[in-house]
Amino acid sequence: MSNEKQVDSGRRGLLVATCAAGSVVGLATAGALVSTFQPSERAKAAGAPVEVDITTLQPGEMRTVEWRGKPVWILKRTPEMVASLKNTDDKVADANSQRNPDEFTPPYCMNEWRSIKPEILVAVGICTHLGCSPSSKFTPGPQPSLPDDWQGGFLCPCHGSTFDMAGRVFKNKPAPDNLQVPRHMYVSDTKLLIGKDEKGEA
Amino acid sequence: MAAFKETKLPPDAPVAQKALGWVDDRFPLSKLWNDQWGKYYAPKNFNFWYIFGSLAMLVLVLQIVTGIFLTMHYKPDAALAFNSVEYIMREVPWGWLVRYMHSTGASAFFIIVYLHMTRGLLYGSYRKPRELIWLFGFAIFLCLMAEAFFGYLLPWGQMSYWGAQVIVNLFGAIPLIGPDLSLWIRGDYVVSDATLNRFFAFHVIAIPLVLLGLVAAHLIALHEVGSSNPDGIEVKENLGADGHPLDSIPSHPYYTVHDLFGVSIFLVLFSAVVFFAPEMGGYFLEYNNFLPGDSLKTPLHIAPTWYFTPFYSVLRATTADFMYVLMAAVAAYVVFIWLKSRLSTTVKSIIAVIALLAIVGMLPQVLDAKFWGVVFFGGSVVILAFLPWLDHSPVKSIRYRPDWHKYVYALFGLSFLTLGYLGTQPPTDAKTIVSQVCTLFYFSFFLLMPWWSAMGKFKTVPSRVTFHPH
Repeated sequence: MSNEKQVDSGRRGLLVATCAAGSVVGLATAGALVSTFQPSERAKAAGAPVEVDITTLQPGEMRTVEWRGKPVWILKRTPEMVASLKNTDDKVADANSQRNPDEFTPPYCMNEWRSIKPEILVAVGICTHLGCSPSSKFTPGPQPSLPDDWQGGFLCPCHGSTFDMAGRVFKNKPAPDNLQVPRHMYVSDTKLLIGKDEKGEA
Repeated sequence: MAAFKETKLPPDAPVAQKALGWVDDRFPLSKLWNDQWGKYYAPKNFNFWYIFGSLAMLVLVLQIVTGIFLTMHYKPDAALAFNSVEYIMREVPWGWLVRYMHSTGASAFFIIVYLHMTRGLLYGSYRKPRELIWLFGFAIFLCLMAEAFFGYLLPWGQMSYWGAQVIVNLFGAIPLIGPDLSLWIRGDYVVSDATLNRFFAFHVIAIPLVLLGLVAAHLIALHEVGSSNPDGIEVKENLGADGHPLDSIPSHPYYTVHDLFGVSIFLVLFSAVVFFAPEMGGYFLEYNNFLPGDSLKTPLHIAPTWYFTPFYSVLRATTADFMYVLMAAVAAYVVFIWLKSRLSTTVKSIIAVIALLAIVGMLPQVLDAKFWGVVFFGGSVVILAFLPWLDHSPVKSIRYRPDWHKYVYALFGLSFLTLGYLGTQPPTDAKTIVSQVCTLFYFSFFLLMPWWSAMGKFKTVPSRVTFHPH
């Protein structure tokens, strides 16, 4: 080219505009592709909060619902069960649920009974050790694989971790944390919403 | 650009020669072959350490070919994946062989690449002017790790499932964006069908494409500057009358036959594993992976496959108590840089500020050990990329380094292997302490290299390569 030193400012302007437009299109396309990685509508629907009607739940009865692929227990504790928590206070590793509260205990459940209403326990039924599902051992008193002063609670069959009636892990057990209490709220007196609270979805 | 010129061959020339001439006029076929291999002059003093580059190429081809045949029978669907692998193993004719070749090939690939990198470390292959070869190689190593990680989820066994769960959750340790990032990677709240499908896409197409490009770049860069050799001498400084280095020989046929011999030995060992020990005692294929992935039940002991364990050990070594040691180490390193390095005050100040921020971040009240574990885990891999700029030794090859350097290298090798072994084992207090000591040594080896690599009495490097004709 003979006149390469001369810059046509009009053409340069167009060149810049074309590059800018091209980048916008490129970035928008990349954005769309990156967005496809987000959970799909189906996955979101499957992971949506679960509404549970607890009108018919009798004292001492436990119901299991599935939320995000995990079993969630809803247990209506009898007054004796609630009272037993007083006796286990000094035997559990973390009586006030101070450890990793973000992961295991929402602020409104950081109390002795680890729940909003003292009688209703909502907990993810997965042992915090290695993910086995503990079994219910509600009957107090001596029995196989449990201590003689058993007050009622849960026993994980895999490695023998024991939890009290509030899902608090006993001292010197393999499980490091109390059972997870998922974020939940009462929509009405008898309707529970699991996976969502006043602050939004878990 | 010169005008098109047809190669003139006598009318009675062989048809093959005419055909090649016709192609060469239109595509640089002979030129490519000669530049990249046929007339590529390589130093004549290569020893057995120089076989692993070709072997890595062979295994790459093997993995791609067997992988293609596996995808013809495999189903990337959480409900079908496990059974489709069992179907390949039991019902597809010779499917078990293809699958075992692929799974053994993965481990073989890492063995070869680790040995290939050891060669680079011993003979200073990454030194100027071969820094880019090393960086491309490092990127290939990252791609291989990604390939291995994504591929490991595909059989959808217990270890596949929980290994992916644990590694994806590592990203959750990053402050602020962490949990959303893990969610984005999984595409669901747990590792699920969506995760399997995208990992499959990465494993069979995205990463292999990048990998092939990087291998091409690695080779083009190598053939541009020329191979190094066990003496670490630049053979191009001694050119013969024909313009080729005096100490070099054309790769074909000389290194072609060497490599074919190496390939035959490799294939004997490889076949022995494929046919007699494809599981390799649980190291190549973990026993827990023969159980279908189950989101409600975690295996008792989750360990990554052996090739990740050295880095995984670094991750586990980073416990809350160890953070104080690391804080002290970072502080000591900054003091050391201020006293001993010739960097400008501005650079030193920047280092000091970054280190101070890191130390504050290491306080248990600020960021927890889990996050730093991920940082050191990543750092232990990435630090390899900086080798060309960390090594200040006046000679390239270990042959002419002070003898005590050899012990430092031996100790480094030992700590790497120890970390690797500990990563396969369930942690105990004693084992954690050993892995912490090894972690400290691993990082010191690299971070103090600018000083120790230049210390001691170096031997004189000869002007011509050491070579005994046989």
